[in-house]
Amino acid sequence: MSPDDQDRKLVYMANQIATFFNSADDEAVSSIEAHIRKFWDPRMRAKIIAFRARGGEGLTDNAAAAVDRLSREVASA
Amino acid sequence: MGLVHEIDYGTKPSEAASLVTLTIDGVRVSVPEGTSVMRAAMEIGTQIPKLCATDMLDSFGSCRLCLVEIEGRAGTPASCTTPVAEGMVVHTQNERLGKLRRGVMELYISDHPLDCLTCSANGNCELQDMAGAVGLREVRYGYEGENHLDSVKDLSNPYFQFDPAKCIVCSRCVRACEEVQGTFALTIAGRGFESKVSPGMEESFFESECVSCGACVQACPTATLMEKSVVEIGQPEHSVVTTCAYCGVGCSFKAEMRGEELVRMVPYKDGKANHGHSCVKGRFAWGYATHQDRITRPMIRAKISDPWREVSWDEAIGHVAAEFKRIQATYGKGSVGGITSSRCTNEETFLVQKLVRAGFGNNNVDTCARVCHSPTGYGLSQTFGTSAGTQDFDSVEQADVILLIGANPTDGHPVFGSRMKKRLREGAKLIVIDPRRIDLVRTPHVEAAHHLPLRPGTNVAMLTALAHVIVTENLFDEAFVRERCDLDAFTHWAEFAAAERNSPEALAATTGVDPQLVRAAARLYATGGNAAIYYGLGVTEHSQGTTAVMALANLAMATGNIGRVGVGVNPLRGQNNVQGSCDMGSFPHEFSGYRHVSTPGVRQAFEVDWGVSLDAEPGLRIPNMLDAAVDGTFKGLYIQGEDIAQSDPDIKHVTAGLAAMECVVVQDLFLNETAQFAHVFLPGSTFLEKNGTFTNAERRIQLVRKVMTPKNGYEDWEITQLIARALGYNMNYAHPSEIMDEIARLTPSFAGVSFDLLEREGSVQWPCNETAPEGTPVMHVGGFVRGQGRFFVTEYVATDEKTGPRFPLLLTTGRILSQYNVGAQTRRTANTAWHEEDLLEIHPHDAEQRGINDGAWVKLASRAGETSLRAKVTDRVAPGVVYTTFHHPMTMANVVTTDYSDWATNCPEYKVTAVQVSPSNGPTATQQDYADLGRRTRQIEAVPAE
Repeated sequence: MSPDDQDRKLVYMANQIATFFNSADDEAVSSIEAHIRKFWDPRMRAKIIAFRARGGEGLTDNAAAAVDRLSREVASA
Repeated sequence: MGLVHEIDYGTKPSEAASLVTLTIDGVRVSVPEGTSVMRAAMEIGTQIPKLCATDMLDSFGSCRLCLVEIEGRAGTPASCTTPVAEGMVVHTQNERLGKLRRGVMELYISDHPLDCLTCSANGNCELQDMAGAVGLREVRYGYEGENHLDSVKDLSNPYFQFDPAKCIVCSRCVRACEEVQGTFALTIAGRGFESKVSPGMEESFFESECVSCGACVQACPTATLMEKSVVEIGQPEHSVVTTCAYCGVGCSFKAEMRGEELVRMVPYKDGKANHGHSCVKGRFAWGYATHQDRITRPMIRAKISDPWREVSWDEAIGHVAAEFKRIQATYGKGSVGGITSSRCTNEETFLVQKLVRAGFGNNNVDTCARVCHSPTGYGLSQTFGTSAGTQDFDSVEQADVILLIGANPTDGHPVFGSRMKKRLREGAKLIVIDPRRIDLVRTPHVEAAHHLPLRPGTNVAMLTALAHVIVTENLFDEAFVRERCDLDAFTHWAEFAAAERNSPEALAATTGVDPQLVRAAARLYATGGNAAIYYGLGVTEHSQGTTAVMALANLAMATGNIGRVGVGVNPLRGQNNVQGSCDMGSFPHEFSGYRHVSTPGVRQAFEVDWGVSLDAEPGLRIPNMLDAAVDGTFKGLYIQGEDIAQSDPDIKHVTAGLAAMECVVVQDLFLNETAQFAHVFLPGSTFLEKNGTFTNAERRIQLVRKVMTPKNGYEDWEITQLIARALGYNMNYAHPSEIMDEIARLTPSFAGVSFDLLEREGSVQWPCNETAPEGTPVMHVGGFVRGQGRFFVTEYVATDEKTGPRFPLLLTTGRILSQYNVGAQTRRTANTAWHEEDLLEIHPHDAEQRGINDGAWVKLASRAGETSLRAKVTDRVAPGVVYTTFHHPMTMANVVTTDYSDWATNCPEYKVTAVQVSPSNGPTATQQDYADLGRRTRQIEAVPAE
């Protein structure tokens, strides 16, 4: 699996999570972010944050916003 | 130690609350109204002679041996069919009764072979016992008359024989097949003297509809139906009660032994999960435990292309520790992990996750529940607050409506399937939601009220359509919702469900099901009385598996079908200890009792108890481990009792991940598929060789008791302990009970559990703690564990695994009665007689279009890969759908499945794969290569003679 494949897989997973939580309206982004934080190993989170930093192509809006929140959290830690 | 004998009261207990007092042989006794005289007598220790009666079956009154006298009544009524009455005075023995009974026995014995000394039932024969009990001293009729002594034995079944010469036509076997198993495979053919037990239409047992559950063998009072193992070995001399290691029903069995040799497994009548019933796997398919394929000495090799080299335990354990230390020193702490087994005990599972967290210093631990019921854990915890089913199995007896979705209990959970059939025969209504016409849709004396044959992958659409009907037709239980549930969440959900796009009519194009059928099913579920949901992997193994579990919880909450007996949401767990392995903290993000590793108070409790600091970050799940391995950051894996190279999806990816690792340690009974990629093989022990506990699908914790010395030298928990010590993390358990004490100390829902309690109570359902010292049969009574029940919007999202011109059919997978999971155990038993290979079920229309005949080889191709197997042309599957099992490794069914997975848990989408089927000449090149690989990688270096 190439690094691109890994990124594509993580993007796919993040978008799947976002699709479910989209119905949560105002809480959608925080729910997506919480789900990723709760269930993804740090190296997976680091990868998706890095991917987002490179533009995050393919991430849906809410998924991208959730990854941004993760990124801010890491930066402030 | 002797044989465990349950008391046979002769007839079933009465459930009546009111008591009746009578006098039996001068002794006053009070019993529930409706109790038989025979049972009342047994309650005071008086065993009335009997042959056709047994308390597993309804009274029959045919043998005429249990006659009694009742003052004020004429004649000598049969005590098994005579209910007690207030003031009744009964005499069970006097000269008249004795004479009558001897007369009856004379008739039986006059047509029975007198070969007691060489009979397989010698010492355990009710006919022999009764001859003694009635004082039979002579047979006046002689033996020269017409008889059945030359009847031919039926040896067709691999596990038991039928010797009609010894049959007394008591009908216990026929009634057991009907009442206990519900298959109706047996009957009494002929009349009068010609009467005889007949499987099916006078077929052999093997050719008949018999499912080999063993109920008839157990019920037989003579040697007519007898286990072949008893014929070969002899009668057992002691027995030990233990728990079956097959499916999640968790049947209790008596392992009946001679010394350390297992003679037979007999279902334990006092087992609270199975109440004395069994299936062909637990009852008979235990021969794998002593199969010649078992590896009993540790082995190592430098490369997977090298032959295995047998080594001492010290060398093997030392090698594992050295390798894992080297890998962590080179690639970092997070470069290794472990997989716990749902086939191992709670204690063994707990220890593996402890080894990973405390010994490896990370949270890279996962379990096979990842690929089966992880969506159940997440879905039910979010909606109800607990990652488990809500009921005990007994609850089904009070269900009025059963909604069965994505499960096939008569094959996957046969003993519970039989109980379900019994309830359905009593009048409960059945709704089946399944792409296949499973047996329960129409089986003897059972017919589903509604079968909704939906397209694979559309569960969420279907469940939301049901919700639409319930909401828009005001069939929901408003009072329940207001009292028990989060009202805002309900309102949000109800608005969603009521939307026109979610109506059965709007979703018919998606589900493929007649909307009127959906409406009728919804009305029945909501208004038919106690409605219980049972589901299996057909719900969870989808990209929306978690959403579907939530949708089921929504239905139960909306209709108030939760929190009491007869209702609930009940996952039917696949393996024997899936529930337990999840409970024990096998997931990378949580400790035992489903508490997240980042929760400070919880983590601190484990740190104090274990004497190490623990990682607060979640670890890698199995698919993530494999991704990371291919990515080069994950290099070492300890796998206890799982075969991910056969059971997990997209095998090419799995094996690429395994092949990329530097040290794969497999602990198992056999050189399984995963072991082909292993560097260390640690021989494991069977459930017969260890102590511990399993937790079944109803949260019931039951003891597993060691009945023989481990052939490999160690119980599995001991091996994990050796690894931990070699790594420098001290574990010092002398017995699994000490591990359970630690589990109880650290896990609130297990706080009251101990081996002492289990010895005393037989079993207990968690939560078991101060507030529920005897356990919790039904959950969420009076309120949800999470406080208010929470509804979730369950928007249907079609899977990205689409059919199209290249792959126009949908493949779904499942299991069959005689085989279990990857087949490592059952393939090494005579169960292969029923299923020697995996077959592809295909509808006649699809078969004809492709020129495929029944039994022909076909190629099954998907975007992930292709394999070949034989076709079975059947209308059990709908047009456009094909189905297969994955019990045989050479089928390579999971070469075809994709790596799409559930959004919340990464549970693979086994149940939906777009495929094409075409004629083929035999196995594919890949299958042949794989067979070659298996031969090469399973070679064991010859050990020079000493």
